[in-house]
Amino acid sequence: MPAKTTPNDSPHRLVGKNYQTPDLVAKVTGRAKYAEDYRVDGMLFARLLLSPMAHARIRSIDASEALAMPGVKGILTADDLPAPADAITDQGVVIPANKLGDRGLTNEPMYQGEPILAVCAVDELTCAEAIEKIKIDYERLPHVVDPLVSLRPGGPNARVQGNVWMRPAAPPAEPGKPPLPPPPAQVAELKWTEEDFAAAKDGQMPMGKPAEEWSFGDWEAGLKSADLVLDETFVSPNTSHQPLETRTTMAYWQNGKVYVHTGTQSTAQTVPAIARWLGLLDEKKQPDLTKVVVISEYTGGGFGSKITGAISAVIPCLLSKKVGAPVMMRISREEEHFIGRARPSVHGRTRVGFTKDGRITAIDMYTICDNGSYDAQGDGMTAGRMASLMYQPPAMRMRGVSVITNTSPRVSQSQPGGFQGIVVMEPILSKAARKLGIDPVQIHKINSPEGKAEIGPPVRGKRPYITSSFIREALDRGQELFRWDARKAQVKRSGTKVRGIGVATSCFVGGSIGFDGLFVIKPDGKMYVQSGIGNLGTESVHDCNRVAAEMLGMPWDKVEIAWGSSTKNLPWACPSGGSQTTHAMTRAAYITATDAIQKLQQIAAKDLGGKPDDYVVANERVSRKGGGAGMSLAQAAKRAIELGGIYDGHELPKGINKMTATSATALAGQGLLAVARDTMPRDGLTHSFVAGFAEVEVDLETGKYFIKDYLAVADVGTVLHPHALGGQVLGRSVLGIGHALGQKWVYDQHYGIPLAKRFHHNRPPTILDVPSNMQWDAVNIPDPETPIGARGIGEPPVGAGCMAILNALSDALGDDVFRRAPVMADSILASLEAGHPMEEGLTAHI
Amino acid sequence: MAIIRDIMPAFELFQPATVGDALGLLDQHGSDAWVLAGGLDSFDWLKDRIKRPKVVIDLSQIAELRGVKEVNGGLEIGAMTTLTEVVRNPIVKEKFSILATGAELAASPQIRNQGTIGGNVSQDARCWYYRGGWKCYRAGGNICFADTPTAVNREHAILHADRCVAVNPSDSAPALIALEAQMVIRNAKGERVVNAEDYFVGPAIDITHMTVLKPGDLLTAIRIPATWAGAQFYFEKVRDRQVWDFPLMNVASAMVVNGGNIEKIRVVINAAAATPLRLTAVEDAVRGQPRNTATGEMAGKLAIVGAEPLRYNGYKLPLMRNLVKRAISGVEEPKWA
Repeated sequence: MPAKTTPNDSPHRLVGKNYQTPDLVAKVTGRAKYAEDYRVDGMLFARLLLSPMAHARIRSIDASEALAMPGVKGILTADDLPAPADAITDQGVVIPANKLGDRGLTNEPMYQGEPILAVCAVDELTCAEAIEKIKIDYERLPHVVDPLVSLRPGGPNARVQGNVWMRPAAPPAEPGKPPLPPPPAQVAELKWTEEDFAAAKDGQMPMGKPAEEWSFGDWEAGLKSADLVLDETFVSPNTSHQPLETRTTMAYWQNGKVYVHTGTQSTAQTVPAIARWLGLLDEKKQPDLTKVVVISEYTGGGFGSKITGAISAVIPCLLSKKVGAPVMMRISREEEHFIGRARPSVHGRTRVGFTKDGRITAIDMYTICDNGSYDAQGDGMTAGRMASLMYQPPAMRMRGVSVITNTSPRVSQSQPGGFQGIVVMEPILSKAARKLGIDPVQIHKINSPEGKAEIGPPVRGKRPYITSSFIREALDRGQELFRWDARKAQVKRSGTKVRGIGVATSCFVGGSIGFDGLFVIKPDGKMYVQSGIGNLGTESVHDCNRVAAEMLGMPWDKVEIAWGSSTKNLPWACPSGGSQTTHAMTRAAYITATDAIQKLQQIAAKDLGGKPDDYVVANERVSRKGGGAGMSLAQAAKRAIELGGIYDGHELPKGINKMTATSATALAGQGLLAVARDTMPRDGLTHSFVAGFAEVEVDLETGKYFIKDYLAVADVGTVLHPHALGGQVLGRSVLGIGHALGQKWVYDQHYGIPLAKRFHHNRPPTILDVPSNMQWDAVNIPDPETPIGARGIGEPPVGAGCMAILNALSDALGDDVFRRAPVMADSILASLEAGHPMEEGLTAHI
Repeated sequence: MAIIRDIMPAFELFQPATVGDALGLLDQHGSDAWVLAGGLDSFDWLKDRIKRPKVVIDLSQIAELRGVKEVNGGLEIGAMTTLTEVVRNPIVKEKFSILATGAELAASPQIRNQGTIGGNVSQDARCWYYRGGWKCYRAGGNICFADTPTAVNREHAILHADRCVAVNPSDSAPALIALEAQMVIRNAKGERVVNAEDYFVGPAIDITHMTVLKPGDLLTAIRIPATWAGAQFYFEKVRDRQVWDFPLMNVASAMVVNGGNIEKIRVVINAAAATPLRLTAVEDAVRGQPRNTATGEMAGKLAIVGAEPLRYNGYKLPLMRNLVKRAISGVEEPKWA
């Protein structure tokens, strides 16, 4: 395949160019310190006692023998935890606490492996020996690990309160006021009828009463008028996030303030999260940001499981307070499997109508989401929302139910819900292309969004739309780079091998708005940037600041970035989840650089005469347009201190976040201080897109298949940092490919106990499972609704990676060999042998 | 007792420098002793606190247990020779390449650098119920959790199951059996040598052990005779991931072909039963037959006679049939234009 790996032909000085990130040397030399690497004087260790049962109530705990052991310093149980506190958003909107949420420890374990208590001792061996001496009297409660089993008449409920999350509708907004958030989801009991189950033919997903539903257009007429209607069931896997760094945390208290070393996807937003979890609230019942210090210079991956850190961080925090010493709680790989979160599986059944030309006439989708034990998961319904964007049906009905099971908690994982929507839809598109005799790339193009395409159900009578989509350009580019037409013409079968090619498109949210930027230009002429973004491997903690440096004409080697500790006076930043950061924080950098430029122009006009508009900022100087008087940024910084007020941060703009204001105040008087909140308009919702292309080769005698080639072409607006973008495009493609090849959970339903808890059992993909020369490209067309034009990338490669592979596999093998992901050698071989799908279609966790 | 994993319990550690010292310690501590080779199997058990020996005898300091020696046209491989050393040995590669192939398909490069040939053939079953600490037959209990109506058992046995349905996971064992290797076992009383195929025991004989080793015994070396040097070999492992995975099944064959007919042959399959299986009925049926697809297909069908699938491992029947076929007649490689 022709190599086109680095679109490094940017017209800009910094944006779009590769560079060495400030954290690189520490990472490759091992000097980077992760939470587990820290040691402080008098540090103790903590270990967890985990539930042996899938669902139980604890009658009593007898820890007397353990506490009497030499070296044991204390124990923490659920009774020691503060009551769940309400969350208050940046806009001051109160989100009531979920009383049924995960609190870190529990007296009613909801899944096998749930932490019940923690023991703190001088070392981990003593902790373990003490834990083995603790006697717990459990009352066993009914359990269920399969959503369909729970929906059966008389089926068990995973929670004593019920088995599904019901989401009441949001109350109507008052005129002129912003819409109110929907009330919190509630647990209720939902059972389907025997008739509901009987109506589903072999392999089809039954469909009883949903918990949620929306629609737009006349979907029934759309299906009726279609030339081809497919009705397909497909099941996506449960997959643990499995970041290489587990959620190990070390904590200690000094002067009433807790210092927390942990991994997180947001340095800034983990501060209020931990304050809230610990019940450290101010007089307005808002998280007291002065009571929590978060240290997280390096995070070994999150993928959505550490968006504001992890709730388990409260355990060493509270133990440390209780015993009066620093406490390190290392989390083992198996514990990470239990508490580290996972993507929920979705059972999807979808009817799609097509014209004979391949255009979708309507979609009728139903998803059952395996919610896991705790918070309501939206993946099932988001699947429909993303399908409505990716395939642009003129009419659609979406129904879903999120069923609580006694399995480890779920949370958003890269492309949450969007992934499942792509997984449910792509086999249908692939099959329709075969049945209608249309090229798979063409059928994707025919149904792709373009420009300000609509998404999801109507809001207040009108369907929302996105900022832009250039997925058709990505498909065209991929078709050419992948030599799609030539590969299509090649021989398919030789010997025991058969080849197939596949294409898939994928989308997700690609950016948010409304965050802050903060930097100081000091009299030494350097630019000191504060970054509240988490350093989780994406490099956006550094990359986004390139925008401000570019605008100020600042050489990159004169830019110092402070990150990784809330002691460093950080501004409020978005959490690096849902691919928000590149978009949100380049905007914040842009608006803050604009603030700096205005202040520089004003200073120049004050000192050198004329109007601020007469001046430009470039090449480390602010100078009169067309030549003439000017001053260096170093001189301007000195003048800013002399002028004070807005120029050096003694006077701050209104509307910036409380955390930003505190940080700016601490930095005031050191130079020209730029601080601003992104209040720039945006017409539409920002989404990003990827087209994936794959070729596979299947060995018909073993069922084993190999990926011969893979190409991903991204539509993510302006490319900010090619190396980081390529890392994300291919890295997240591999994450998706893992869902195709073999990553999954396995449970024994009778005991409700997980079997695949370790890497060699739950099988994340290895580097040898993907081609060594995977390729990527980006269309590099700016998004029109953001000044830099850059959107986020983290999510959409996942679905494209998974489904390009599986579409290639069905191209090789034909329809009806598999109906769930992952697809492994056993199901291929058994199905080929039998001539029809042999793997159990609907049983969960096999 | 509450369960906690991932923290090794305390034990007394011995690191003898000679085989004699190791045998003395084994004799002294009997069933209280745990023999530690590369640790890839042992440390799982120890860190999970499921096996709790009082004494661990680490063989890593015994130089005489390491290395590959040429003996009478064959080889003697010290039990503590790492898989990487076996794979890279020029004589293994030249004369007994099937062993290099099998050993190189085991686990991952890091594990092969640490894991030993003795450990690879002596490792315990990897059934996820048994390794999860479930008190099953193999763990001394009275149930097989992998053979219940709800059990998930895609990686389990299709042949010779007897209460326990776990399989032997070794990739080097079938190659060694195909090469007619012998295992040298020593204890305080002396030395005995057993054929590789007799080194392994199934649940019908001893449900809690995978090999004939008894307390006090030490596998010191593996001898490969000159018999099959330079023969035609076939080894194939089917696994879910291309590295760091146990076999769904593997097959090994050594063959001498004369005038197109199979003159001598040994065929071994693993991960089909609790022991690697030498397929003597297949060997007998194909001996003297032309080496072609028809013979391969006949052999494949014969190989799975009597196989009984569990709920989730029915695929192992066609897999074993096809692997045996390939081990006889080879694989038809694609000829892409």
